[in-house]
Amino acid sequence: MNAPRARRRGWRRLDGWTVSTIVIAALATVPIFAVVYLALTPSENIWPHLVSTVLGGYITTTLILMAGVGLGTLLIGVGTAWLVTMCRFPGRRLFEWGMLLPMAMPAYIIAYVYTDILEFAGPVQAMLREMFGWSGKRDYWFPEIRSLGGAIAMMTLVLYPYVYLLARASFLEQSVGVFEASRSLGRGPWRSFFTVALPLARPGIVIGLSLVLMETLNDFGTVDFFAVNTFSLGIFDVWMNMNNVSGAAQLASVMLLFVAFLIFSERYARRKQRFHNTSSKFQALPGFQLVGGRGLAATFFCLAPVMLGFVLPTLVLLRYAQQHYDPELSGEILGHAVNSVKLSVLAGTIAVLVAIIMAYSARIKGGRILLLANRIAAMGYAVPGAVLAVGVMIVLGNLDNGIDGIARENFGFSTGLIFSGTIAAVTFGYLVRFLALSLGTVEASLGKVTPSMDGASRSLGRGAFATMRFVHLPLIKGGVLTAVMLVFVDCMKELPMTVILQPFNFQTLATFVHQYASDEQLGDAALAALSIVGAGVVPVILLSLTIAKSRPGSMSGQKEGV
Amino acid sequence: MQGLHMVGIRHAYGATKVLNDISLTVPAGELVCLLGPSGCGKTTLLRIAAGLEQLQAGSVTIDEELMAEGVVQLPPEERRIGYMFQDYALFPHLSVLDNVIFGLFRQDRQMARARAMEMLEQVSMVQHAEKHPHMLSGGQQQRVALARALAPEPRLVLLDEPFSDLDTNMRARVRQQTLSVLKQNNVATLMVTHDPKEAMFMADRIKVLGDQGRILQSGRPADIYYKPADEYVARLFGPMNMIDGVVEQGGVKSSFGTMALEDATVKEGTAVRVLIRPEGMILSNGSGDGGVPVDILSAHLLGDSSIVRFKVQNGVNSGTEFHVRMSGAFDPTELGQIWARVDPRHAFQYPQNQ
Repeated sequence: MNAPRARRRGWRRLDGWTVSTIVIAALATVPIFAVVYLALTPSENIWPHLVSTVLGGYITTTLILMAGVGLGTLLIGVGTAWLVTMCRFPGRRLFEWGMLLPMAMPAYIIAYVYTDILEFAGPVQAMLREMFGWSGKRDYWFPEIRSLGGAIAMMTLVLYPYVYLLARASFLEQSVGVFEASRSLGRGPWRSFFTVALPLARPGIVIGLSLVLMETLNDFGTVDFFAVNTFSLGIFDVWMNMNNVSGAAQLASVMLLFVAFLIFSERYARRKQRFHNTSSKFQALPGFQLVGGRGLAATFFCLAPVMLGFVLPTLVLLRYAQQHYDPELSGEILGHAVNSVKLSVLAGTIAVLVAIIMAYSARIKGGRILLLANRIAAMGYAVPGAVLAVGVMIVLGNLDNGIDGIARENFGFSTGLIFSGTIAAVTFGYLVRFLALSLGTVEASLGKVTPSMDGASRSLGRGAFATMRFVHLPLIKGGVLTAVMLVFVDCMKELPMTVILQPFNFQTLATFVHQYASDEQLGDAALAALSIVGAGVVPVILLSLTIAKSRPGSMSGQKEGV
Repeated sequence: MQGLHMVGIRHAYGATKVLNDISLTVPAGELVCLLGPSGCGKTTLLRIAAGLEQLQAGSVTIDEELMAEGVVQLPPEERRIGYMFQDYALFPHLSVLDNVIFGLFRQDRQMARARAMEMLEQVSMVQHAEKHPHMLSGGQQQRVALARALAPEPRLVLLDEPFSDLDTNMRARVRQQTLSVLKQNNVATLMVTHDPKEAMFMADRIKVLGDQGRILQSGRPADIYYKPADEYVARLFGPMNMIDGVVEQGGVKSSFGTMALEDATVKEGTAVRVLIRPEGMILSNGSGDGGVPVDILSAHLLGDSSIVRFKVQNGVNSGTEFHVRMSGAFDPTELGQIWARVDPRHAFQYPQNQ
């Protein structure tokens, strides 16, 4: 009826919400595309050289590492999840959440700790020599921790909780009822486990395994310290030591093929999981009583990974921190801690703001384009830090050069590097990698708000923005805080991107620990390492609480007011 | 003209058509009910009127102001409407009072508060103003939702199955109160329900929406009940008795004798299906008034009425089972031979093969 309004509505597909979402998704993927682009158009092509020398080694090592960590986490994760859900044995209730503790421990930190206590001069070998009267290396054999096998052990110990979490959820939601049906039809517990329970839980387990392998690919600290030549290390080597950006991008692109495969398996498993959900209500657990030796064996099987993956390293670090306490160094560590916290708070806050915009746009606008934009923007979680760092460097480097060129041409002066090597670069890297965390969390809590809330607010005269501010934000407050916290903690632990992107003379707790441990001065870095672990414990506690709430028989359906 | 006008509304989800050329008018101060089975697109129509759903074809006008047509799609917040959701959609983080104040943000706080209290007064919820929604019963939540929808003085109120979440005892009371509050505010109201009795009780006019998203009949409640346009509408109010008749000498001949033909244009010899409401068959122990002899199969006392099943002894429908509702108790054993006849007010003729 009035023309201006009609025109405005005609452009409704390109409103602010849609535009911001698409821009964010584009920004989040630029580093990945930059890597692939540079790999295909190298300035100085060393690809043939890479293929003939190191590439084969990188591929083999990475594959063995992934296979080892995959098998290890499957064994521990699925095994403990099954015991904890289906059996009764001493300590089961504690293990239900205790199994998660190693999640708080970055792989590189236990790598430093175990190297320290297991190397030739370390306390374990010294004690053995003392006990058996050996005098030197030739008198006995002891496994070398700084090896591919060692790296597999370290990563398995801290990554199995991913498999544990998802396997446990699958067992609870899907397998219990049919498992009992299978037993009532005359199949024994072992056969029922392998023919019924395990196949049903497979999609969940595959998701957990994909996450584990993504983390394995991402790892830099452990493989660097152990000198295990994986792709991550190769990218660093080509970049830092050979000073060849295109070569690094080429290696990174090959690595992206691995990533693509993992993303595909994860997505595929998630689709399958939807079909497999047989019941959403919690059933009473069967609870086979494991008595005597079998009970103790179960306790030991659960206790060992927690002790090795969390308790022991933490105790060692505590002891070191106490022994090596130095007020001057502590002041320095505090400075790094402040850096870490600043960066992580910055990244966490931006990641969540961005996630709110994206999730809310998709909610009110819907449509395939926005949903796709959100999925694409969240892809960074699968891309290893080293690859993203290379991408961020390429993008910001070109941006800086472009600005510099324009300034020189038009104004006759050089702007130098504006973004490269700044906090902005690190934050950008963090955002790309951890956006999925905040987006997933915000989407989940927004999903719990019924659409009629939107309708009620809009029909009462409030626009989209006011509705978000006065209805959604108060309702999803908890989820928003969780999202900030999750991103915060992962940024605190992050190593590979920080090492590549950090400004000159700027250190975080993670890079400080990495540097000191590499110089075999773990004692001095123990306090910093403990701080990282301490931050990592927070989300574990939160997860434990969720698990306690979802435990069968507890008030699982506590309505959160929506 | 004031009120809501929807013209030529069509809507489809993908390939599934849910609304097929719907037009309706809700004049100011009148309550119109959309009656139909679940999944027939009633709620979609309501959401289109509110602007919660994109209009695909047709037009929506409120108080002569165009809301939606073609590229014009006013968002809900610019339509000045009140919408009451099936789940009430009270904001769980706000008190009852703040829920009602929510839509009054254009007024200053003092006036908004006064207006909100006035509305809570109308629905007798003033004493619960400071409570949060989760502390209220279903009926109380319903009343708050109504107060909230009416507080900003909307030009149109849309009610989506407003009583379906209430238990039977409370439903009658809340229904009565809702109706009087709506009438008191003299606002155009479009309500959606699948419950014919509810529609009869609330509506000035009823529109029956069929499976294909078409309006099958519209009219006053009495029209819908006593002159159902087709078998579908007739059956909305519950199971019907069906007899087969044929047009003979200007009347409809069946196992129950001959009754007057409603539509004189129907040709001689045409088959006519006659649907009779359970209260439209009268049983007695006398053969007068043109009844036919029947065999009683069972009789169940329900309290204020009885349900009796029987078969006729002769004629085309001698194998068919009929059921009839009679007021009070009915004991066939004391009465001997029973005769049945049809009350024409409750019998509807539908000529076949036309």
